[in-house]
Amino acid sequence: MTKPSPIKQAELVQKSLAKRYAAEKRFKAYGIASISFGLAALLVLFIEIFGGGLGGFRQTEIALEVQLDSDMLEVYDATNPDEILAGNYYGAIREALKKRFPDANDRRSRRALYSMVSVAANYQLRDMLADDPDLLDTTQKIWVLADDDVDTYYKSLSGEAYAERMSDQQLAWVQDLVDAGEIKTVFNTRFFTDGDSSEPEMAGIRGAVLGSLLTLLVTLALSFPVGVAAAIYLEEYAPKNRLTDFVEVNINNLAAVPSIIFGLLGLAIFINIFEMPRSIPLVGGMVLTLMTLPTIIISSRAAIKAVPPSIREAALGIGASKMQMILHHVLPLAMPGMLTGTIIGMAQALGETAPLLMIGMVAFIMDTPNSIMDPATVMPVQIFLWSDSPERAFVEKTSAAIMVLLMFLMFMNALAVLLRKRLERRW
Amino acid sequence: MEPSLLIIAIFVLGSLAFVAGRSRSVAISQNIGGIRFLNSLPFYYGTLTAMWCAIPCFAVLMVWMIFDDIIIRQVVVASLPADAIQAAGDNTGLLLSQIQNIATSALGGENSPDYMVAAAERLTGLQEVSRWAMTGVILVCAIVGSLLVWTKINPQLKARYKVEAVFRNFLFLCSSLAILTTVGIVVSVLFESIRFFAKVPITEFLFGLEWSPQMAIRADQAGSSGSFGAIPLFTGTLLIAAIAMIIAVPCGLMAAIYLSEYASGRVRDTIKPMLEVLAGIPTVVYGFFAALTVAPFIRDLGISIGLDNWLPISSESALAAGLVMGVMIIPFVSSLSDDVINAVPQSLRDGALSLGSTKSEVIKQVVIPAALPGIVGGVLLAASRAIGETMIVVMAAGLAANLTLNPLDSVTTVTVQIVTLLVGDQEFDSAKTLAAFALGLMLFIVTLSLNYLALHIVRKYREQYD
Repeated sequence: MTKPSPIKQAELVQKSLAKRYAAEKRFKAYGIASISFGLAALLVLFIEIFGGGLGGFRQTEIALEVQLDSDMLEVYDATNPDEILAGNYYGAIREALKKRFPDANDRRSRRALYSMVSVAANYQLRDMLADDPDLLDTTQKIWVLADDDVDTYYKSLSGEAYAERMSDQQLAWVQDLVDAGEIKTVFNTRFFTDGDSSEPEMAGIRGAVLGSLLTLLVTLALSFPVGVAAAIYLEEYAPKNRLTDFVEVNINNLAAVPSIIFGLLGLAIFINIFEMPRSIPLVGGMVLTLMTLPTIIISSRAAIKAVPPSIREAALGIGASKMQMILHHVLPLAMPGMLTGTIIGMAQALGETAPLLMIGMVAFIMDTPNSIMDPATVMPVQIFLWSDSPERAFVEKTSAAIMVLLMFLMFMNALAVLLRKRLERRW
Repeated sequence: MEPSLLIIAIFVLGSLAFVAGRSRSVAISQNIGGIRFLNSLPFYYGTLTAMWCAIPCFAVLMVWMIFDDIIIRQVVVASLPADAIQAAGDNTGLLLSQIQNIATSALGGENSPDYMVAAAERLTGLQEVSRWAMTGVILVCAIVGSLLVWTKINPQLKARYKVEAVFRNFLFLCSSLAILTTVGIVVSVLFESIRFFAKVPITEFLFGLEWSPQMAIRADQAGSSGSFGAIPLFTGTLLIAAIAMIIAVPCGLMAAIYLSEYASGRVRDTIKPMLEVLAGIPTVVYGFFAALTVAPFIRDLGISIGLDNWLPISSESALAAGLVMGVMIIPFVSSLSDDVINAVPQSLRDGALSLGSTKSEVIKQVVIPAALPGIVGGVLLAASRAIGETMIVVMAAGLAANLTLNPLDSVTTVTVQIVTLLVGDQEFDSAKTLAAFALGLMLFIVTLSLNYLALHIVRKYREQYD
């Protein structure tokens, strides 16, 4: 073997340079491409959700001249709550619709006509009369809530019209209303003040938001103290032995166990063995506690570890006991880090769906929950339920609910970042 | 008293005990010349008294709440006439819930047999007695406990040591909750799985090729096949997870390499949080996106290029679910790889650069080999996550248990089946419900082994550069 002369070697290197530089450029391009792919996916997702969801915050209303005739309503004394409750508002609205569109003269077209106004119009009329009994036996122009099909169609008019569930006659009526300026969209307050409903135009997320809030409260009340206590034990007290190692392995493993397994645990232990009721925030919160505990313990341990030993030694040196050292010095200094970890854990719990499906928080619940023992659902589950509904109008409601959920999550994450920036100390 | 009221009462009593203990220690110290002659600070005497007041109360409350229902039921069942119990056979639970309904409803059970009405009255009576007895026992506990300590308070009492011992034990209990959770998962899942395998042989479950868990309600009903072969679920899960990994591993890894090796500090600081937003989006949102946008797009694309002539194309394709899941996992892979890439010492890079390598050569031949164990560990963790992911597949993958490798067809996964089998009301002894727990056991075993393997690899092959 003869060694190639240095000149020849340099030539070889020179020759290969172009290829190597090309490889370098390609490699760099792969990196940029991967990042762009991720960001593009994020962008498409947001455009899709926000584009589809904005409509969910608006709802269509139709103007009707309703005759609040006492014979028609069967309400003779509008100050009597029982009579108000039993009134025949549906009849009054039907009369108003018939008067507005006299061309609906056979049974089928009448049914089509009646279906253009939401059932909520009845309650609207009832509440109006209850608020102001003097309106009885007058004719009022009222903006009533339109049915979800009308709503979807009217909102789609600006772009590609979606009229699949509307008959030609109904389309003509809507056109008539548009021409007369008797149809408009308003801000959908109902979406924030009502519970779930099987009618898309009446469905709101208040129940789900409250359910999420109650569930998170339970989770926070249980997981924060327990998580911090466990972290303190592992960092400050735990002897180096097999038991401690076992605890650590367990915590690390639990952090990576699929969330649905925690749902199975909740179902088998809390509901089957302890016979707790299904669908309540208490059980949901307990399941989510088990799920978020590893996250909180791991971040709290990191925060405790970041407190320099000199502070511990100084406290012990002037005669503090171990508990005093921890409670008076280590814990206050580690608190910002612990809180950040807890908020991130809570954000995780807020977005979690699968384990809550297992313990029955998917039931259709119209009432808003008032305590942790009331049946409830949570925001992600509500999103899941709506996305499963066949009505097209629920699509934009789903996107709107997702926007609300993302807003909460963004707020929590921003809070965590802020807390970290404001309170974290570098030693 | 109601349990919630009782808890508040215990807190109030505890605070009173604290004040009493503290003031007694202060009073005693006056006689001997000030609190510095006490063994511990007055605070510890107060805390010790409060602990002796509250901890036994909570223990009693918990035990009582767990057992009172069971005992009352036993008593009520025992008091029923023998023929009623015989008639109910195994269904004493049903009988009890009927009695409970009579007891809680305003109707008072007008159409029910006499013995049931009597039992319902007995039930309400016993519950009342139990409530009052619980309140009484707890109050006695609180008073006796605090008096016990209060009378013993003297300058030699080592209150601080005792309080700290309790504190330490409480901390230990909290940290052992992790073990309890794991044990709880294993026991609950294993126990139900064993009951399942008593009905369906384990070999059929593990190697059977057909999955149709619809059990007949009556034995003579048609279509009562109820076959529980889980192979189609396993292949479906692996197919979707593989698609997700094909997307996530190269993308995540290259993104991490670019961000840590090429990007300037400013680019890194802006891009990294943006990528991490992907990890913070709830899975149900991804599921909605996959089902509403990606799946129809893929189906239309497949049909427009004429793939449907050769392959079945479903609107709930494995590809859509896998693709979206891959996007979700990108930040997971990239942040894990980022950590290990940054842990490779700069001296290795400088050495390779000084020998004339280009930057990509340094990365490919020095940095990645050095970081490989960590990267493999991260990939395994990501795989465990893809296998256990639930909402995306529930919403975007189908329910049909097809045994196929065609990514455009509809497949189902282990998690989808767990959800479909368990959502809604279920009885705990049907094979259909128990099958979900058997699937859960499989899922738990697989993810646990992947996690363990990942941690093991990272620990064992970690190069020590310090």
